[in-house]
Parts: sequence; C-alpha cells; structure tokens
Amino acid sequence: MTEQIPVLRLEGIVKTFPGVRALDGVSLSIMPGEVHALMGENGAGKSTLMKVLGGIHQPDEGRIIIEEQPVVMAGPLDAKAKGIVFIHQELSLADELSVAENIYLGELPRKRFGLVDWAELEAKTNGILEKLKVGFDAKTRVGDLSIANQQMVEIARALTVDAKAVIFDEPTASLTDAEKTVLFEVIADLKAQGVGIAYISHRMEEIFRITDRISVLRDGQYQGTVNTGDTDEEGVTHMMIGRKLDLSRNESHHELGNVALEVRGLSCGDLYRDVSFELRRGEVVGFYGLVGAGRTEIAETLFGLRDPSAGTILLDGEEVRIHSPHDAIERGISLVPEDRKAQGLVLGMNCRDNMTLPQVDDLKAGPFVADGAEIAIFDQYRDKLDIRTPGWKQLVGNLSGGNQQKIVIGKWLSMHPNVLIVDEPTRGIDVGSKAEIHNLIRDLAAQGYAVIVISSEMPEVLHVSDRIVAMYSGRIMRTFTSEEVTEENLIAAISGLETQKVA
Amino acid sequence: MQPGTLSTFLKRGAIWGFIVLELIFFTVAGEFLSVSDKAFMDVDNMLLLFKQSAPIGIIAMGMTIVMINGNIDLSVGATYALCAIVLLDSMTWPMFAGLGDWVIPVSWLLALATGVALGALNGLIVWKTGVDAFIVTLGSMLGYRGLVFMYNGEQPTSHLNWTLVDFAEAQFLGLHTPTWFLLGVTVAIWFLMNRTVHGRNAYAIGNNREAAVNAGIRVGPHMMINFMIIGCLAALSAVVFYSESGSVNPNDGELYELWVITAVVLGGTKLTGGAGSIISTFGGVVAIQLLRKGLAHIGADTSTVNLVIGLILIAVLFLDRQLNVKGKEELKV
Repeated sequence: MTEQIPVLRLEGIVKTFPGVRALDGVSLSIMPGEVHALMGENGAGKSTLMKVLGGIHQPDEGRIIIEEQPVVMAGPLDAKAKGIVFIHQELSLADELSVAENIYLGELPRKRFGLVDWAELEAKTNGILEKLKVGFDAKTRVGDLSIANQQMVEIARALTVDAKAVIFDEPTASLTDAEKTVLFEVIADLKAQGVGIAYISHRMEEIFRITDRISVLRDGQYQGTVNTGDTDEEGVTHMMIGRKLDLSRNESHHELGNVALEVRGLSCGDLYRDVSFELRRGEVVGFYGLVGAGRTEIAETLFGLRDPSAGTILLDGEEVRIHSPHDAIERGISLVPEDRKAQGLVLGMNCRDNMTLPQVDDLKAGPFVADGAEIAIFDQYRDKLDIRTPGWKQLVGNLSGGNQQKIVIGKWLSMHPNVLIVDEPTRGIDVGSKAEIHNLIRDLAAQGYAVIVISSEMPEVLHVSDRIVAMYSGRIMRTFTSEEVTEENLIAAISGLETQKVA
Repeated sequence: MQPGTLSTFLKRGAIWGFIVLELIFFTVAGEFLSVSDKAFMDVDNMLLLFKQSAPIGIIAMGMTIVMINGNIDLSVGATYALCAIVLLDSMTWPMFAGLGDWVIPVSWLLALATGVALGALNGLIVWKTGVDAFIVTLGSMLGYRGLVFMYNGEQPTSHLNWTLVDFAEAQFLGLHTPTWFLLGVTVAIWFLMNRTVHGRNAYAIGNNREAAVNAGIRVGPHMMINFMIIGCLAALSAVVFYSESGSVNPNDGELYELWVITAVVLGGTKLTGGAGSIISTFGGVVAIQLLRKGLAHIGADTSTVNLVIGLILIAVLFLDRQLNVKGKEELKV
C-alpha cells in the first residue's frame, strides 16, 4: 500500500467542562477508504468528540487536521463545507416535503426571480439516489418512507457535497437486518470511492462485520486503535470497560413454577396472527424477530394498549380482558417499554416520583401523597437494583440510560408484578450497564418472576432466555428451548426460511 | 455548586425579583411623576392591590393547574360573566323570595355550580373527543359568551344586596374579603398540586402523557377534574367581585383569559405543560397588578399600561428561554 495521508486527523484533543475532563488528549486518524469504528461506553466522550469535530464545541487543546491542513471548525455547516459530514442517529427531515426538497433544503437550485428550478432539483436528486440504489425517487414524500429509507435520504443529503469523511452515529439503531445490509452496501460504496468513514456503534457484530480498524475511548481517554482482524469482541470490550463481559448462553436452571400467563390464538388485525404461548413463574421467555415481526404489538396487547381482534389471554388459568394499562397493572402485568424516554419516564419529575408513579394512589395517606412511604420504596429499590443517583430528588432526565432503565424496572418490581414484560431491555445502554440489566433479569427469574424479554439483539436473547419464541411477519415460527437453539436455526426461523414446525 | 443551581434559582426567584424591581421603580418614579402626593408603598394602597388582584388571581390558580396538566382554558372570561349573571339574577327569582338573606348562600352555590358545570362540559369534550383544549375552549369561549348575551341582551343585569356588599367590603385582620379568598384559593390549590395524588398525576400527564398512561393513570378524569376546578374558580372569582359591585355587563370578563394566562406564564408555568408553580403564579398575579397600579400612579393611561405589559411579557419569556437553554447546556456536561 502506498503512503496515504489521513483524510481526517485529530491531535491531542482536550475538552473540559466545569468539573469534568470530557476529552483528555484524544488522537485519531481516519484514512481514505477505511471504515474506522469509534467505540466506548456511554459517557466515554464519543459524543463530545463528535461535537468538537462538528464545531459545536471548540477544543481547549489539540488540532483538527483535514488532509494535512489544520482547520478550525466554526459549526456544523462549516464542517460540511470542509467535507466532514455527519449522519446522526436522530433523523432531521421534514416529513411533508419531498425527498428532493429535503436533500437540498436551504440550497434549492433557483431560476430567475428566485423561483425553484424543479427540473434541475429532480435531476440532481435522482442522480444521487441512483448511486445509493434506493427504491424511491425524488418526488416521494419523506413521511411515506420507512425509517431505513429516511436514513438513506439523510445519507443522500450528505453526498451532495464532496464528502471527504462521513461520520455515522449509531446509524442502525432503528433498522431491521435487511435494511442494515443495504446501509452496509452504501458504506462499502463510499469506502470504494475513497471516503474515510467513522462509525460509532454499540453493536459488536456490526463493528466486526464492516470496520477495518477500531479505536476505543474510555473516560475521555484514548485507549488505542487496533485492526479489526486482530481482535475479537472480548478484546474490544476489555478495552472499553477494562474487564470482560459475560455474554455466554443462559445455562442457569431452576425449578419453574405454575403457568402465570397463557395466550391462546391471539390475533390483532394484520399485526400478528394466531399467537399462542405460555409463561411460567421463574421463567424468562425471549421474543426474537425482525423489527415489524409483531413482538412489540403483542406486548402492547397484553398491556392493554391494543385490543386483540381474536384469541384469549389467561392469567393464572383465568381468562381476562385487558382494555387499558390501568386494567393490566391491576392484574399484575407490567411493561418496560421500548422507548423509555418517550413511553416509560416522566423526564421532568424526580427519581422517586417516577418510581412510585403507578402506585401513588395506593400509597396515599388520607387525601395526601405519602412522602415517607414513597421514599422508603425508592431507597429499597435503589439499593436492590444499584441505581446510581445522588438522591431521590434528582430529575430522572439527568440520569444515564442504564440508571433510567433501572428506575423503570424498579417502578414495576416495587408492585410485585405477576408478569413483567421488558421490551428492548438494553437499547441505548452502555456495555457495563447492559451486563447488570441482564443479570438483573436472570435474578428476577430465579426469584420466581415470570418475565418476557423482547429484543432485537441475538446475544441478548440467547443470554437471558430460558425459551426463545422466534417470530416472523406476525407469526410464531418456532419456540426453542435454550438447549436446542443455535444462532443458525434462530436466524432461519426469524427470516421465514424455516416453515412452522409442528407444535 | 450543582450545575444548574444558579439558573434554577434565577427562574424560581425571577418573579419576586421583578416585583421588588417594580416596587423600587414606582416608589422612586412616583416621587417625581405622581399626580397624587401619597407614597406608592402606602399600606392602604398595597392592601387595595391585593384586593384588586383577586378576580384575576383566583382564576389564575385554576389556569396554572390546567396548564401544568398540558391543557389551556380560554373560556374563563365568559364563564366568569355567565356565573355573575346567575349570581345576581338568582337573588331576584320569585322562588327564593321567602329566604331573606339566606338567598345569598343559595345564589353563591348556584353560581359555583354553574361554573363547575361549564368546566365539566369543556373537560368532557376534551376527554372524549381528543380535540385540543385550545380549540375546544376557543369554541366554548364564544358559546358561553353567546349565552351571556342571550340572557339579557345588551342590558346589564343588576341586583344589590346590602348584606352581601357589607360582607364583600369587610376587612378582617386588615385584609379585604376578596384578598382572603385569593389567599385561601392559593393555599388550597398549592396543597392540591403538591400534596395530593391528583396533583402528582396532573404534573406527570402534562410532562409525558404517554408515560402517564403507561403507568396506569387515567388521563381523562384528571383533565376533567382540572377543568371543573378552573370553572369553579372562575365562578368564585365572579362571586367575589359581583357581591360587591352588584351589576354585570354582558361584556364583563372579556380578555380575562388573556390576563390570566399572562399572569400564569409570567409566573413561569410552561405552555407545553408539566412544569409550573402555584406560588410563582401568585407572584405573576401580583406583578401584573403592581404594574397596572404603578403605571397609573405615575400618570400613564390604560393603553400605555397594556403596551408595557405586553412588552414585559415577551421580554420575560425571552429571558426564560435564554436561562433554559443555558441550563440544558450545563446539564449535558
């Protein structure tokens, strides 16, 4: 390989905030045509580093160098002009506008009198879309596209400039496996064109699938860069957290109790059909499948957020009808939702109030809320779940993702549910906290709780579940015990490759 | 110091700082500009200020809880006028002729019941149709005002009951009757919002409705209760004011909703719901009345007063925004 100059180089970047040294001498270089993973736990400094790179924060020390030229980034627009483009986790598109308008938002081609040159706009846009090999055109309304295609629009927007480096920040968070594959093809194309790519993700399998080198940050400090081929998951995890993470198969076995929940022939329109399963006390049943396979919708039905169109739900052998979360909670069904910030937590309220939210009414003393009893519950579950917060008065919005998730779990545990449903237990949570949440779920099963875990991450499902329900397109394809499941047969089942086995 | 403590302090204390500033300004400016030779910070003048704050203030307490809950009520001015008519007119109804002064509590209850019913109607529509409270109460604002005009056309509705006037003008421990009502309502609503389950849930619903539903909270009944409370308080405000004045014009209470919202917003309650403080609303009410009185004291006319209050409202919200942005930046660290 000939001597190449890095497209983007960071030298000894230091950034401090009052009381925190967020970045402590971080150096990094991205070569043309490489996919460079940037990893680290939440709070390790990845976001701050991106903000420095995007000109949102100015570094206290150190230099940003683009193709051997030191530069000062004045802001995101300036970064884009210099050829550094960001693809963020959160999409920033106008749903009501067309794909073309979104891509050239703010820079629409003009004719005389300031009128928009629609013909040119469409031609330019379709040119870019062709390169991305997407299945929609310039005139499509963005709101009508899937999340994955909306992300393609974001990428197309990035390609309107002559990008030297593209930075992907958790791009696959809301993509299905098929959509990921398309994204990875686009990344490969960019790579072939000599663009340098920085790829931020928590997902190990992706990192090992597409990246060439891995750089790791820990507590704002640069831990080093390794060739992807020279390391493995354990090695990277070790660099990230300084210890090893156990992600082996679940092999714990304890006595199962009676059937807590039984579902017979449950259907809900086109979302899922003829779903039957049972859940025993002391058991964790994992629901695995692609996004859109109907897993979350089943959870929502059990929690009273959707009415089923057919089928029955039995709790402790007794048929029940659940029309609202209120009904569900009264019957001891709890849901830790997929999106904890939007669906699980009241971010403007403190930790205690969030934890006791479903039971303030049960705890009240006369007409008034029972502060003492609520604090006692909070303290008990803070200790039990090891929630790290300065105190119950802390606003829940200020906690880290892992601690927020523990608050949501604690909220339901304190009500001793018959059935606990956890949807995506570790989404957006750093590696260290992930392991804690996994252990917690296993512990709950050992204590006799009946738990349903819905997850899009195979290692997670394999790690926590006693049995795994594989879903494809609204149907249960197969139920595996932890002995018979393998990664291969699980993937086959959730991709619809394997037809439904005889029950 | 904890990050955000300074901005939190500024936000919480801002309204009281503003009041102090007003007092200093009007005291000093009054020395040079005042048409009367009485000092602005005169005790009687201040007691009067509280009394005059009462009609807006009592409704503002209701508006605070409705806004914390994530709704708004634009119909309070019309509710106020309609309840005033019920209050004064019912005292002249033949069926109550034999009651003597016992007609007073009966008429009060009738007026309050009217307010509760009108609020319940708002709440029920918002709950059952899911239409935004802004639209629903915009409609009921027009509708209720229509009822006011249907009642007596353009004519004022009048009835003076001297026992009632005496009661309304009385001073107990120096404070006027309306002031006591304002204080009583403030304390009661503070307890409701800070010490009861209903208050806790109202905050949760306003802050994140979906999470509240997922915690098993029945959102609809809580919203309806809050609309009934603000209806009741609009009626109480009418009871307090018209017990003394004895005559209601069909236009009375117009723009009250805007004054009330101004006071609430000035006190720091968010239009988006989920955050707000009863005590700060009290501060907002006092600040507005102080501004009106102060400007009158230095010889400004009503139009100037409105202009100034409008400007101040925008300035305050701008400042609040700046503080919030800063607070968030600090939290990210």
